[in-house]
Amino acid sequence: MSVWVQRLENPLSARLRDPAATGYTGILLGALAAFLCIPPVQARTVTWPIVVGVIAAVFGIWTVTRGRARLGWGAVAAGVIGIGLGILATRSSVGNLNAVFDAALIEQMFAFTTPLVFAAIGGLFSERSGVVNIGLEGMMLMGAFWGVYGADKGGSWVVGLLVGGGVGALLALVYGYFAIHLRADQIVGGTAVNFLALGITGYFFFQFYNGNYIPSGVSTIPNVTIPGLRHSHFFGPAIGNLNIMIWASFVLVIVSYIVVFKTPIGLRIRACGEHPRAADTVGINVYAVRYSCVVVSGILAALGGVYLSDGFTSGGATFGDNMTDGRGFIALAALIFGNWRPAGAFGAALLFGFSSAVALRLQVYSASAATLFNVLPYVLTLIAVAGVIGRTVPPAADGKPYQKQ
Amino acid sequence: MSQAENFPPESPEEAALSGTLAASLSLRQRAGGFIVPLITVVIAFLMSGFVVLATGHNPLLAYRDIFDGAGLNWIFHPTTNLASTAAYNLTQTLLQTTTLILTGLAVAFAFRCGMFNIGGQGQYFIGLIVANWLGYDFAHMSPFPHILICIVAATLAGAAYAGIAGFLKATVGAHEVITTIMLNWVAIWVGSWLFGDGGPLQNASDKTVPISNDVADSAKLPVFWGQQLLQGLDIGIFIAIAALVVFWALLNRTTTGYEVRAVGFNPESAAYGGINVKKNLIRAMAISGAFAGLAGALDMLGYLYHYGQNDIPLSSVGFLGIAVALLGRNTAVGVGLGALLFGALLFGTTHGLTSTVIKPELAGNLTYIIQGLVVLFIGADVLILYIWNSRRKLRRPRGAKAAEAATA
Repeated sequence: MSVWVQRLENPLSARLRDPAATGYTGILLGALAAFLCIPPVQARTVTWPIVVGVIAAVFGIWTVTRGRARLGWGAVAAGVIGIGLGILATRSSVGNLNAVFDAALIEQMFAFTTPLVFAAIGGLFSERSGVVNIGLEGMMLMGAFWGVYGADKGGSWVVGLLVGGGVGALLALVYGYFAIHLRADQIVGGTAVNFLALGITGYFFFQFYNGNYIPSGVSTIPNVTIPGLRHSHFFGPAIGNLNIMIWASFVLVIVSYIVVFKTPIGLRIRACGEHPRAADTVGINVYAVRYSCVVVSGILAALGGVYLSDGFTSGGATFGDNMTDGRGFIALAALIFGNWRPAGAFGAALLFGFSSAVALRLQVYSASAATLFNVLPYVLTLIAVAGVIGRTVPPAADGKPYQKQ
Repeated sequence: MSQAENFPPESPEEAALSGTLAASLSLRQRAGGFIVPLITVVIAFLMSGFVVLATGHNPLLAYRDIFDGAGLNWIFHPTTNLASTAAYNLTQTLLQTTTLILTGLAVAFAFRCGMFNIGGQGQYFIGLIVANWLGYDFAHMSPFPHILICIVAATLAGAAYAGIAGFLKATVGAHEVITTIMLNWVAIWVGSWLFGDGGPLQNASDKTVPISNDVADSAKLPVFWGQQLLQGLDIGIFIAIAALVVFWALLNRTTTGYEVRAVGFNPESAAYGGINVKKNLIRAMAISGAFAGLAGALDMLGYLYHYGQNDIPLSSVGFLGIAVALLGRNTAVGVGLGALLFGALLFGTTHGLTSTVIKPELAGNLTYIIQGLVVLFIGADVLILYIWNSRRKLRRPRGAKAAEAATA
């Protein structure tokens, strides 16, 4: 706390000399170096990315000399990568660049980000209360299938959300019983949840739909059209017609931040995740808190899944075996990358969603490069947990079963 | 729970409940012998049977058909003639068993060192990729050295790949579950890239098909039951069985194994006893990965010969290895039996299944459900303790019980 108080009391000039500030500025400049070369700015000379990238590197080196070595080298790396990407962009044709980077990329980025945000925030609740949730993938997959089933049989996407969320809660409850009451190893339990979800969804997908496709005309989660923006040249395709769930994911991030960090409930959750015995001593029911959090994580992950099957594709509701395809694990990665904080997880999810959206569009250059681009979130997470740029710190009691005395 | 709270030392049952992986593991190994895994499997089959029943199929007939589909009915009419469907199905089940023995060992070895190697799938892919690359590129070699080079290189590659997770755990304390999950996905996408359109390992003849080259004939493992063209049973199964023996001997008869188990049981006391914990974490992870890499090599050289981009998401042998290891209590014999069970399920519910009761598409998913239930139940210490204790009570002579009641 005191660091923040100090920073607030410092005059602006002192805060500008803060090595942290210069470090982050350097990283931003590195990103800017690459950004200058793509639409809408689209500089066609290599001068601009090199100039900006070098400035980023200088900021980085200055930060290193002021004692924040990791952050500084991060900024230097950002500058170098920015120059590299900028040069690559100026080398490629304007037509290709426009095909990859248009306003619809923003919409697509949010579409890819949303399921990740729901699952990551779900994981945040669970892990903040001390229960590791490797089963996010499975809970998401269950939501995806049963959500679309509910929307089909119930005749409305609202029913789909309710059924999907309900099944997610049910699966989470089973997991919670094993993880909390039976004190099963949480990694093993989460792995089991993933297998179960894979089997159950595949089984009933074949039983109900013959394993082929979801019939057309199933009610899908609608988009929100913003009248003023719809016909704007840039904002129209970018955010003029986003799905309700995308807007809901933005709200979810803010609400979860407030709940976890600004309310007594959040304090209890975090107490159970950091030191359950202390929480128990002051009268918090650790089991109840953990159960609620695991169920919330199941519901949220499942809602992300419902969006994936019943709102993600504009053509109508879809489902396929193992539809989530590792998104639950990317969400887990986003949670870790974002250091178990809502804003951090959201930022990481945006980064991963952006890389997925770009990967899809890189097909215009080379199909094989586009495929390889998909490793980015996983490599970044590996780098993050390796502690190259700052350390990620999980809640102290994350993954440890608690036994009442 | 801190160390101080653990003093004086608890009974193993209490230690298991305190939540350290190794402690609960030792309990699992001692509690109930064969009984608990057996009960777990029975419960899993029963519960899956209810799913089958609820969706309008006869579970008993379905299980009988799966049994036949796996070729296990061969024991009633043993023959080496592959015109018999049972014999053919059995060879295919044994091919799956070969893979699962090794992916199971990959999980089991790390477990014995107190780590959860969830990355068997990725290490398996790395082995597969390396074996395919060397198997195709080093053509015109004589068979024995070619096979040897492919297998050794793939095994080492798997070891190195898993070693990354071990290294990160030992140096910066990154949790091996997180790193191996990420490494899995890196391997999956790198594999998709290598075998996919325009990828470096895509086949040379038809660039529209995202499939790798076939390995050269000199790299193919000899087939001893059936024909090479018809996916006969290769000698890989003997290598896998040898790996079981190596696993047992390595753990129980060498200094390495002693150190690995000591670290797995309690890293602090192992360090106090002069064992280099970090070195052992890396080493155990690398040996784990070696088993999985070997699995990939044996599959590639034994019967697959090539691999498609679209095969990658369908493969789950690395994850099945988790169920195999847990069910087999991380022991050599247990892993062998677990691998046979899941190998039979894997083939018997899909390609081998000819049934009027249940379609392969449904039955194939039953395998995942059974797998999930097995892993769920076997991971619950309290459940195991309960079963174990009730069994002990049954065994205890009546006099002891009466005496206990009198003192209470």
